[in-house]
Amino acid sequence: MLQVSIYRYNPETDAEPYMQDVQVDTGGKDLMVLDVLELIKSQDTSVTYRRSCREGVCGSDGINMNGKNGLACITPLSETVRNNKLVLRPLPGLPVVRDLVVDMSMFYTQYEKVQPYLQNDSPAPAIERLQSPEDREKLDGLYECILCACCSTSCPSFWWNPDRFIGPAGLLQAYRFLADSRDTATEERLAKLDDPFSVFRCHGIQNCVNVCPKGLNPTRAIGHIRNMLLSRAT
Amino acid sequence: MVTAITSMGRSGLYDWMMQRVSAVIMLAYFIFVTCVLLGGVDYASWKELYSQTWMRIFSLLALLSMGLHAWVGLWAVFTDYLTERLMGTTGNVLRFAAQLASALVMFTYVVWGIQILWGY
Repeated sequence: MLQVSIYRYNPETDAEPYMQDVQVDTGGKDLMVLDVLELIKSQDTSVTYRRSCREGVCGSDGINMNGKNGLACITPLSETVRNNKLVLRPLPGLPVVRDLVVDMSMFYTQYEKVQPYLQNDSPAPAIERLQSPEDREKLDGLYECILCACCSTSCPSFWWNPDRFIGPAGLLQAYRFLADSRDTATEERLAKLDDPFSVFRCHGIQNCVNVCPKGLNPTRAIGHIRNMLLSRAT
Repeated sequence: MVTAITSMGRSGLYDWMMQRVSAVIMLAYFIFVTCVLLGGVDYASWKELYSQTWMRIFSLLALLSMGLHAWVGLWAVFTDYLTERLMGTTGNVLRFAAQLASALVMFTYVVWGIQILWGY
């Protein structure tokens, strides 16, 4: 029997959050953490979490498993369980709505700030804006982000300044459009980022790289943004 | 764009660059002084070293770098932990007081350092 300790909080009935211990029969199989959550929910329907695709594509079930953020649906027990114990908590740093569900407003506000859409005022061609294979390659490792928030909520700089620091997820997207050969708003984008908080709160500790379930590297993207700001200003 | 009037250069890029430049200067000074000390010094040779203008300039440069470096670093720490978001208005008062205190300490060190370098 797997010993699971799960964070519970229902603001309508609980004065404060508490950890609930549950025993789960995994049948000796190496299940995904999401399967364990489903088994717990089949015993106690009040346990609340977000989920959708159950295959690491939608980014809904980002949670903290034994201290490390990740997607419950693609994290096998063998990867996270130590001494037969699994501790499940909501993503750190964001307000908890209920149990493992967090309020992602601050995360989305920062995402919105980087204007994550292609900007180009020249008349659109009849079919599509063309891009060379080399230019397209520059977007690899940037466009794959699914906005699960595992990176930003593992970043201490984002914990302390979620209102002023864009955070790794937002900055990865900022660079995705700065690097896009079809986007013409580079100067405006850089001007908006050139302050002591938006980009420069990153101290390069790479928690984001460590937890990204898609294997992306926001720290490297932030380095590229910093270099762009540097060459623009010197 | 987030505004900040208490950071050193009021630009993240400038602060970031100064942090790196000052770190290199301090590292060079630290390595130099360590080498001198390991080579063996007595009062006379130490005094002779520090009586030369280039050494005084190098020392003052290292001292100023320390001031700048500490200002940028402490500013980042204060704006992480002493904030309105975490403590309400108290956070702003505490942060401003902490920044003022650290600025005074650094200013004192720099003036005191100049006095030591050129005073003996």
